[in-house]
Amino acid sequence: MPAVQETVDRVRRIDVDQYRYGFETLIESDKAPRGLSEDTVRFISAKKNEPAWMLEWRLEAYRRWLTMTEPQWARVHYPKIDYQDLYYYSAPKPKKQIGSLDEIDPEILKTYEKLGIPLREVEVLEGVVKPEGERRIAVDAVFDSVSVATTFQKELKQAGVIFMPISEAIREHPELVKKYLGSVVPTSDNFFATLNSAVFSDGSFVYVPPGVRCPMELSTYFRINERNTGQFERTLIIADKGSYVSYLEGCTAPQRDENQLHAAVVELVTLDDAEIKYSTVQNWYPGNSEGKGGIYNFVTKRGDCRGNNSKISWTQVETGSAITWKYPSCILRGDNSRGEFYSIAISNGHQQVDSGTKMLHLGKNTTSRIISKGIAAGVSQNTYRGLVTAHRKATGARNYTACDSLLIGDKCGAHTVPYVEAKNSSATFEHEATTSKISEDVLFYCVQRGLSQEEAVGLVVNGFVKDVLQQLPMEFAVEAQKLISISLEGSVG
Amino acid sequence: MALLEVKNLQVRVDDREILHGLSLTVNEGEVHAIMGPNGSGKSTLSHVIAGKPGYEVTNGEILFRGENLLEMDPDERAAKGVFLAFQYPVEIPGVATMNFLRTALNAQRKARGESEYSTPDFLKKVREVAKSLNIPQDMLRRGVNVGFSGGEKKRNEILQMALFEPSLCILDEMDSGLDIDALRIAADGVNALRSPDRAMVVITHYQRLLNYIVPDFVHVMSRGKVVKSGGKELALELEASGYTQFEDAA
Repeated sequence: MPAVQETVDRVRRIDVDQYRYGFETLIESDKAPRGLSEDTVRFISAKKNEPAWMLEWRLEAYRRWLTMTEPQWARVHYPKIDYQDLYYYSAPKPKKQIGSLDEIDPEILKTYEKLGIPLREVEVLEGVVKPEGERRIAVDAVFDSVSVATTFQKELKQAGVIFMPISEAIREHPELVKKYLGSVVPTSDNFFATLNSAVFSDGSFVYVPPGVRCPMELSTYFRINERNTGQFERTLIIADKGSYVSYLEGCTAPQRDENQLHAAVVELVTLDDAEIKYSTVQNWYPGNSEGKGGIYNFVTKRGDCRGNNSKISWTQVETGSAITWKYPSCILRGDNSRGEFYSIAISNGHQQVDSGTKMLHLGKNTTSRIISKGIAAGVSQNTYRGLVTAHRKATGARNYTACDSLLIGDKCGAHTVPYVEAKNSSATFEHEATTSKISEDVLFYCVQRGLSQEEAVGLVVNGFVKDVLQQLPMEFAVEAQKLISISLEGSVG
Repeated sequence: MALLEVKNLQVRVDDREILHGLSLTVNEGEVHAIMGPNGSGKSTLSHVIAGKPGYEVTNGEILFRGENLLEMDPDERAAKGVFLAFQYPVEIPGVATMNFLRTALNAQRKARGESEYSTPDFLKKVREVAKSLNIPQDMLRRGVNVGFSGGEKKRNEILQMALFEPSLCILDEMDSGLDIDALRIAADGVNALRSPDRAMVVITHYQRLLNYIVPDFVHVMSRGKVVKSGGKELALELEASGYTQFEDAA
């Protein structure tokens, strides 16, 4: 098996050296004392000038969390996390109150420039190499625990769209936050979500009013910079009746020897006839070739199709993190509502992925579609875990699931764990799954036609994930395609 | 200088020797047919020339324009002008044929230090060649060989041969799985590519193919060696008397 062996060798050599976002930004930061207690929660709440109800909400979550234990059911293994050894809040120390982009620490601006995230609107508007008709993207940048900049606020405001850091939304739109926060992922939901509820520091808030089609893509860029710091962001997106919004999320972190915890919560709500399209390109630091360091990405993402004829679509490209534990889900509550999950999960080196989705059919004639593509290389383990259920009253529910796994080399593993449960006889569920090894014959065919070994792997893998890539907004699809190539090849030349 | 010189080639797969000292010389412009029964080592020869992994060359050498082919990676060999038309072309789902052709052609050109084709030039070239081979545009948009009939797959191989303009074409059992009409179209495609600066090695069981692609030389392989060489009439002789007469010679 020399061809495959060679691929394995090449893949093995890449890992960290290929992680282009591993740099650290040297800035002063303002941190909460190490460890977690009621005081930590109060400290964070005070830092954010939060109203009393918010503090109470957090404290309740914290007390609940104390009674909970870490989930053990996922197919991932890691040493016990010492929750008292983490910092729960870290903010770049502002020189003064920030009023405009010009007042942001230039080091942070530089960081985002290096990452290729335009924070200056002018750059977005006058981009040198902008293809015809490219849509503009409004960006909210979250650096460690706080949001440092949100672009295009004015233009969005004209459309009636609220897009701001959630810490501001708590102060400025308490009625919306109170109504929806925790309504999809309750504070008692699970260990990590409960922890997040107690200590979340920032994240994005989006509200799209009835009948409005958001005029641009909204995007949040998360960056973990500070050492020993957990990032606990909270995102809440509400699409009111008949509205539409497309939201993109990107993530990176510096290379470090120790593991860092990222426990985010994302809640989506669609009312009647509304649609949210949520795309993620997750590229947290995956750890080095020995499996040292990397982000623990323990995330709870859930959407609630609360209204009739509403739709939520999750698309994710997961290439980073030492461990990924994440199941973006849809509660199909409204009649005729639709949930979609398109996923590409790549694991290499020592990465462990346990990811999938839940489609909970509650309303009549609800439909869902799951397309999952797992690619495992190195000595990684890649698990798809999915749940599809139809409630007794969810007559006419339909689901289509296709899970494909591709193995590169012979030391990695792919696992598919589907749970399917229909409580009424009119539900139609389809499940297809394949596992294949990247074929030596296919690789030889490609190299015989002049492609290098790693170009051949890239080509085959990109063909394998094509159905999902097509779901991404164009700008992200290009980035994702590059990322896929980088995470699997690029070692030579 | 000969285009291809195979000298005393000995090849093992796992612990079994498949080729026991095979020699073959092919000059530019020549068409050689290699015939022989199943298991005589014909396909092994084509794979070793193209550089397929899994074969161990224990003795002998392969020179391509005087250069040691065995030291080159398969993609380097392709860029130098070695083309293997596969007996069973693989399917690559999700990769559009057009995209594949372009990526491969540009990779070869880049390796040779030539400029990459512009999109319009490339499209023009592909369309011309595709038309001459009776390949519909729709096929070029589909995944590489995905859902292609046997005939379509072989035509796709010849399309690539025409596009890449290799100096050595090895056709491995091109006739397998083709009906007479498909065979004729494929053979016409191959014949159109015959030229004074291109050589072809046609590997086949049957004389039938050689009615369409008429060789200059015929070699008979048996048990990992060339046991007889001659002109095109040798193929007819074989058709009449079969391969068994050579079993002992090997």
